[in-house]
Amino acid sequence: MSAAAIELPQPRERLLRRISDVLVARHGFYLLLLLVPPLLWLGVVYLGSLFALLAESLFSIDDFSGVVIREPTLATFGQLLQPANFDVIVRTAAIAATVTVLAGFIAFPIAYYAARYARGRTKALFYLAIMMPLWSSYLVKVYAWKLLLAKEGAIGWVFDHVGLRPLLDAFLGIPVIGGPSLSTSYVGMVLVFLYLWIPFMVLPIQAALERVPINLIEASADLGASPGQTFRTVIFPLALPGIVAGAIFTFSLTLGDYIVPEIVGPSSLILGQVVYIQQGTAGNIPLAAAFSVVPILIMGLLLTIAKRMGAFDAL
Amino acid sequence: MSRDQSAVSFRGVERHFGPVRAVDGVDLDVAPGEFFAMLGPSGSGKTTCLRLVAGFEQPSAGRITIFGEAVEGVPAYRRPVNTVFQDYALFPHMNVLENVCYGLKIRGVGRSERQRLGREALALVKLAGMETRRPAQLSGGQRQRVALARALVVRPKVLLLDEPLGALDLKLREDMQGELKGLHRRLGLTFIFVTHDQGEALSMADRVAVFNNGRIVQVGPPAEIYEKPRTRFVADFVGGSNVIEPATVKAWTGTARAASLRPEKVAVLGAGYSPPAGAIAVEGKVAEVLYHGPTNRIELATGIGRLVAAAPAAGGPTLSTGAAVRAVFAPEALHLMDDG
Repeated sequence: MSAAAIELPQPRERLLRRISDVLVARHGFYLLLLLVPPLLWLGVVYLGSLFALLAESLFSIDDFSGVVIREPTLATFGQLLQPANFDVIVRTAAIAATVTVLAGFIAFPIAYYAARYARGRTKALFYLAIMMPLWSSYLVKVYAWKLLLAKEGAIGWVFDHVGLRPLLDAFLGIPVIGGPSLSTSYVGMVLVFLYLWIPFMVLPIQAALERVPINLIEASADLGASPGQTFRTVIFPLALPGIVAGAIFTFSLTLGDYIVPEIVGPSSLILGQVVYIQQGTAGNIPLAAAFSVVPILIMGLLLTIAKRMGAFDAL
Repeated sequence: MSRDQSAVSFRGVERHFGPVRAVDGVDLDVAPGEFFAMLGPSGSGKTTCLRLVAGFEQPSAGRITIFGEAVEGVPAYRRPVNTVFQDYALFPHMNVLENVCYGLKIRGVGRSERQRLGREALALVKLAGMETRRPAQLSGGQRQRVALARALVVRPKVLLLDEPLGALDLKLREDMQGELKGLHRRLGLTFIFVTHDQGEALSMADRVAVFNNGRIVQVGPPAEIYEKPRTRFVADFVGGSNVIEPATVKAWTGTARAASLRPEKVAVLGAGYSPPAGAIAVEGKVAEVLYHGPTNRIELATGIGRLVAAAPAAGGPTLSTGAAVRAVFAPEALHLMDDG
């Protein structure tokens, strides 16, 4: 068969093919088509409601009638500095910071193992194990933890049976973090948060570690660095953007949550609960809005610090 | 050469990856100060051998010594060798100077001394003034120089180069060949160079080891490798030689062994010309003429199979495909090889 004998037909001129011609020729139009839906969503639905919220925080409420006075004022933000409100902010930030740091320490080895050593089936199992907790209902998970942590719950039962109840009681006797039982202490609350947010810490760190080329690690060893030195000077700095991303997830998720502290932990309120109460039962929308601005400010501050420290240099 | 004098010595070294014998019984001695090339196609075991010296791989069998010291179980970070990686492996989060100073920093050299030595090394590879650039801002050739400076600044006893010129374009590659050769002469270090490019190996190395299937098939100076290939593989891989079958060689010389015949030793004569006295002539037809600039590569279909001749392109009759010609060469041009 000679090459000249074969007559290949041209692809058929269908409508989509013609549309492609237009899109290929007009790159700007193509990008516009690509971006309009997400921009509408982000611009109108998300940013619009966010600015409405921020605007609300500049109003105040008439203490006597409970009516919102629609005049710009910083008085509502001033209320945040009242001891009761400021305590809520500090307490929430402290809990979120604790959860974030602990999550980092727990997640890093898991992510490191998954990125550097797990292959094939082990890796599939790893993804399954990390993602599976996300498949079940959030409320079910939190209530399950409440049962585990309760005074007569599974954890207490184990301590009773191995004769370590006094140890648990001594631990719960520690001021501030302790309480009558695990389920009514900050320890319990932090544990539940850790359980819930661990996937959000593991996955970005694992992704960052996977992108560290093996030959950089070899080059570091080649130049005389022990594994520990290589970890500090090469692996960790290159994984830092992933760690920061994971920290942003865990920190902001904890800052905004209002269901976990409702079910587990002591009776003192944290930020999410206050927002919930202020906009609901208390009807103080401006104060709720002002409280909502706090996590945004804290996150903005943290990101600025992270950037200054060079966390994103390797991106 | 006794192994005490060797910079690097292999004895019966093997490296298996599952059922694959990537390195299958290698013995070699690299002399101090030598520019030693490991040449072979991909998968021939040359890179694995380099990684065995660097300490990134451990041998499955055999012994490796570096300046007389057995390095069995010695991790990469304790070996007196440094590597220039194929894709450079520069640290993306450090600038050029930090990259070069990395090994010095690890050794605890003070900041100012470190920077002085780093700048010196950068000057050596002609990159002065690039200190604060990031690797991503450099061209391939510049990255290659940074990788070289980074390895040289820690004064290795042996410098390992893993296809360091592979990613560069032709002109840059030729320049770097000259510079590497010059650096080697000035520094007096032992260089072990891995490449699949026979031209690179022949032009730079003092000695070349040709690898195939995890074994060394021939070691020697470039001229010897080129002129006197010991096997069909070496003849073909280095310089693309003609291999004449034993039966034909026997008819010509009386010895039944395969012979290598370099294309540039074959002259192509048109039908009207008669061969000089004593020369061997083979009748054939021109199958293809490829223009190579200074030379033409002429492929001939002859009674003894395909023959390739390389003839100066300037002057001489223009050959057209299908023309009846004679391939002519002196009997001395035939090099008898070990295999039958």
